[in-house]
Amino acid sequence: MKRKWMTAPYIIWMLLFTIIPLCIVLYFAFTDSVTGAFTFQNITGMADYAPIFLRSIWLSVIATVICLIIGYPVAYAISTCKPRTQKLLQLLIMLPMCLSFLLRTLAWVALLEDTGIINNLLTSIGLQPLPLIRNSGAMVLGMVYNYLPYMILPLYTAISKINPRLIEAAEDLGCNKRKVFSKVVLPLSLPGITSGITMVFVPAVSTFYISQKLGSPGTILVGDIIESQFKGAYNPNLGAAMSLVLMILIFICIGISNHFTKSDNEEEQLI
Amino acid sequence: MKKTSRVITVIVFIFLYVPIFILALASFNTGADMAVFKGFTFNRYAELFKDAALLELLRNSAIIAVLSTIVATILGTCAAMGITKLGKKMRSAIMTVTNIPMTNPDIVTGVSLALMFAFAGTMLRLNSILGIWTLLIAHVTFNLPYVILNVLPRLHQMDPNLTDAALDLGCTPVQAFFKVTIHEIMPGIIAGALMSFTMSLDDFVISYFVTGAGFVTLPVEIYNYTKKPIHPKVFALFTLMFIIILILMIVMNIIQSKTDRSKGKRFSKAGGVL
Repeated sequence: MKRKWMTAPYIIWMLLFTIIPLCIVLYFAFTDSVTGAFTFQNITGMADYAPIFLRSIWLSVIATVICLIIGYPVAYAISTCKPRTQKLLQLLIMLPMCLSFLLRTLAWVALLEDTGIINNLLTSIGLQPLPLIRNSGAMVLGMVYNYLPYMILPLYTAISKINPRLIEAAEDLGCNKRKVFSKVVLPLSLPGITSGITMVFVPAVSTFYISQKLGSPGTILVGDIIESQFKGAYNPNLGAAMSLVLMILIFICIGISNHFTKSDNEEEQLI
Repeated sequence: MKKTSRVITVIVFIFLYVPIFILALASFNTGADMAVFKGFTFNRYAELFKDAALLELLRNSAIIAVLSTIVATILGTCAAMGITKLGKKMRSAIMTVTNIPMTNPDIVTGVSLALMFAFAGTMLRLNSILGIWTLLIAHVTFNLPYVILNVLPRLHQMDPNLTDAALDLGCTPVQAFFKVTIHEIMPGIIAGALMSFTMSLDDFVISYFVTGAGFVTLPVEIYNYTKKPIHPKVFALFTLMFIIILILMIVMNIIQSKTDRSKGKRFSKAGGVL
């Protein structure tokens, strides 16, 4: 049976609509917007945008860390429930992912605005309204809110796969609760941590809607600039160069995080 | 530790659902400002069903989601079938390419496809080829990895003797696929198709870059709405979608737990016989 040939349509599809588009990004990144001649200017010009790249990475690293810190106990708590409750809670985590993230972000605008719900509450009990919106904090909040489910789900999958007998064994061999966690549960959930970090960091670092709604003109992110190169001031060459640098930076960041979350013991991964 | 993690879980669920609750509340509000609740009304829902333009957007989104899911599921299942038979080098090369749309940020995928479509447009001497076809191509492209990554594990778990048995008993390879293999990998196919459908229905970023004026989906138009004061009937639509998805999920959960139970019985019986 020549099942091998069944991959042919897929390979052609991916070649046409994934590889070639990326080659075109590369082409645009290295050509001049007016003359079309080969140039490094788009890439060297990225130096001007260094603060924006740094801000994007910094804010999304914070958001990813917060997601991990609050997502882990949630994933752990879900995995300790009864099987039917686990299923239900898993669905409740997935549900917000299926709803328009634009509108859900808009709801945060209504909550955080200067005359929004939270500030209305504060003034009604006689407190001063707080500047809750149009700052980096609001943007991190928006990222955490939107991408937290993408952290919890892989963590939950990894934790629920852990064989409970391993935990019992560790307890029998004299580990206290903290040691059971650090020696058994945490190392075995590393694959979940790795994929959770990727799934939060990548969309967070490239977002443009969250920064438009919850940030200020002073806190624009890489995504905003790429978007404006294609939808506003049309300069696809600059936009392509930026996409290219963003891709490389993400590649490096994911590489670093994989380096830290890699299992030291190869045998652990075999279990 | 158990107690603190339970407390955090409750807080996280409140955190996840407060904005959804606010949007639902806004759909019953007589005033247009989300932050101030003026009075209760069902009018937004009546306005929603009178708005032909909004319903057409919903229809467009559904068309794209259904078509791209069908194409991606068929193409992806075929690809997964072939991938298991490939040599190690070829397989890892294909899996690397499969991972590109998953790990690349959506904005880069969208931009790269937009550039390619613009390029193809100038090749074909057309002003703009952006429309339903470009949208469909983009959606199939980002759906394919989900199908493949869901189907592949099922194929690996499957006992290869089952297919061999079918072939020995006189099935053609095509018959063997439809009589044996497809039943074994069905859960993977369904999971992949469901993921594709929801991803495609809700996709904004990639669609935003490859959509043309002629064919717009709901999320893209919602983005345009949110640039100006938004009409509350959009919140009514949101609330309805929330309720529909909630019901679908509950129904699926019940069906799944029922099939799990009957499967468990079947296996225990088989174990008894053996």
